[in-house]
Amino acid sequence: MRETRGFKIYRGVTLTVLGLFVLVPLYVMVTSSLKPLKDVQGAFSWWPSNLTLAPFVDMWKTVPLARYFVNSTVVSVAATVFSVAIAILAAFAVSRFRFRGRTVFTTTVLSTQMFPGVLFLLPLFLIFVNINNQFGLQLVGTRLGLIITYLTFSLPFSIWMLAGYFDSIPRELDEAALVDGCGPMGALWRVVLPAARPGVIAVAIYSFMTAWGEVLFASVMTTEANRTLSVGLRQYSTQTNIYWNQIMAAALVVSIPVVIGFLLAQRHFVAGVTAGAVK
Amino acid sequence: MSLATEQASPAASRPAKPKSKRGLEQRPGLNRWLPYALLAPAVLLELFIHIIPMLVGIWMSFVKLTKFFIANWSSAPGVGLGNYKVALDFNNAVGQGLLKSFGVTVVFSLVTVAFSWVLGMAAAVALQPEFRGRGIVRTLFLVPYALPAYAGILTWNFMLQRDTGAVNHVLDQLHLTDGKTFWLIGGNALISLITVAGWKLWTFAFLTLMAGMQSIPRDLYEAASVDGAGNIRQWRNITLPSLRPVNLVLVLVLFLWTFSDFNTPYVLFGTAQPPAGDLITFHIYNASFLTWNFGTGAAMSVLLLIFLMIVTGAYLLVTGRRSRRA
Repeated sequence: MRETRGFKIYRGVTLTVLGLFVLVPLYVMVTSSLKPLKDVQGAFSWWPSNLTLAPFVDMWKTVPLARYFVNSTVVSVAATVFSVAIAILAAFAVSRFRFRGRTVFTTTVLSTQMFPGVLFLLPLFLIFVNINNQFGLQLVGTRLGLIITYLTFSLPFSIWMLAGYFDSIPRELDEAALVDGCGPMGALWRVVLPAARPGVIAVAIYSFMTAWGEVLFASVMTTEANRTLSVGLRQYSTQTNIYWNQIMAAALVVSIPVVIGFLLAQRHFVAGVTAGAVK
Repeated sequence: MSLATEQASPAASRPAKPKSKRGLEQRPGLNRWLPYALLAPAVLLELFIHIIPMLVGIWMSFVKLTKFFIANWSSAPGVGLGNYKVALDFNNAVGQGLLKSFGVTVVFSLVTVAFSWVLGMAAAVALQPEFRGRGIVRTLFLVPYALPAYAGILTWNFMLQRDTGAVNHVLDQLHLTDGKTFWLIGGNALISLITVAGWKLWTFAFLTLMAGMQSIPRDLYEAASVDGAGNIRQWRNITLPSLRPVNLVLVLVLFLWTFSDFNTPYVLFGTAQPPAGDLITFHIYNASFLTWNFGTGAAMSVLLLIFLMIVTGAYLLVTGRRSRRA
């Protein structure tokens, strides 16, 4: 590509248009969160004339946002920890062992990623209800049910991406660890995992994002007790009022941790996502 | 942080699997069962959450599973293909609703995929040559992807409000409309859905295409320049063909995602879906949970799965055949 005059004009126009497309909603989100309620109930204005931080204070009182926050955090952290741990074990098996059923496992697991969620939402809901009736283990309306469900959502991609990372770590390192008296698990823990740290971090962020942003299952599997942010934010629309300024403030606050995490790890993450497409 | 180094990252360049058995596999006995033990948690969970529910879903589509049988589902009477007949009887309300929703979803998917691909490609090409501030622009473009889906959609929901939203305000100020358009009910709902879904999705297309472009050797472009090929011809003769494998996967993934998109209609419309924005996943969800008629809902889900499998199979067949001929 040559940077001709024409190309520079093209670049200027494209980046301006797309930049505005991306930025305007973000701008609206931030500025609306700084407006008093009456200013978001009248005609829209670009500049907040009565700047206030009140929405960031009031949003905790209008709905039990703190409880949703705790629920989302507990669910997402637990799902991430278990998902990453389970993915590490499975990826280690796929990367380091030849065994019967290896191909079947990888293709089956990856293809579950492609199923529309609504396909197993209804049966899973019914299975959970019946487990409760039979064994008294409550999975609908509890954090446990969400944790188990969410950790499987990120599992296929995590296994596949980690197996790729493990493959790129020379086997000579494992052998050296075995010579030094480590077992296979010792080699995984002492040699493979430290070398695959960027991959593990990227997979953890992916798992967390998946759980933090999930809406479909949360809308069915949660009751007031275990409601997460993704459905909890709907509670700001009441019969009488829609607290748009508080919705925007809450949306901003729940986005900041994941956006920062993603942007910090974007390099590893992007490499992992695209590796499959490029292959 | 720069994306430029990502080719150096291990996952991007997966080496060929070694053929000889060595290292961990030299120990007989242990390696017989160890890989299975390592896989067991993943397999059990996938079975429990994905595979078994899917099989149960297929069974559900053949029984009369209304709210009376939910707590005691084993006693639900079988109806054979009854649920499918109801779902596909286009002379009654249920079948008509499904057919309309299917049509809306086809239009939504095709337009959203095209929209996302064009924007992603335009941005990736614009950012191909190095320039000052490229890293910042790239990071900015990734924000919609990083944002939790519902946060972005809620913001758009606010922007699309008739009386208080930014969209009508802008259109009014530019004298394009009278600023009183309904975006979330009526016929404009589909336009809103495409815009909101595209806002997030194009950044994924951008991310993928950008990474794909980094593996195109630079001397290809230099040689073409020497031959007098302009930028447009270089894009058509070098960039596009080199990105073919990336595009094949990207378009399929975008299609499968948009076709079963639930977040966008659910967060944008709530449970009162306008007919013009009644995407199929959302339609099945409402058909099941508003009427508590899980049997018909399951039959619709199975039909959706069959449709997606046929499309995927046909797509892979057609693109595979074309690759072989080329």
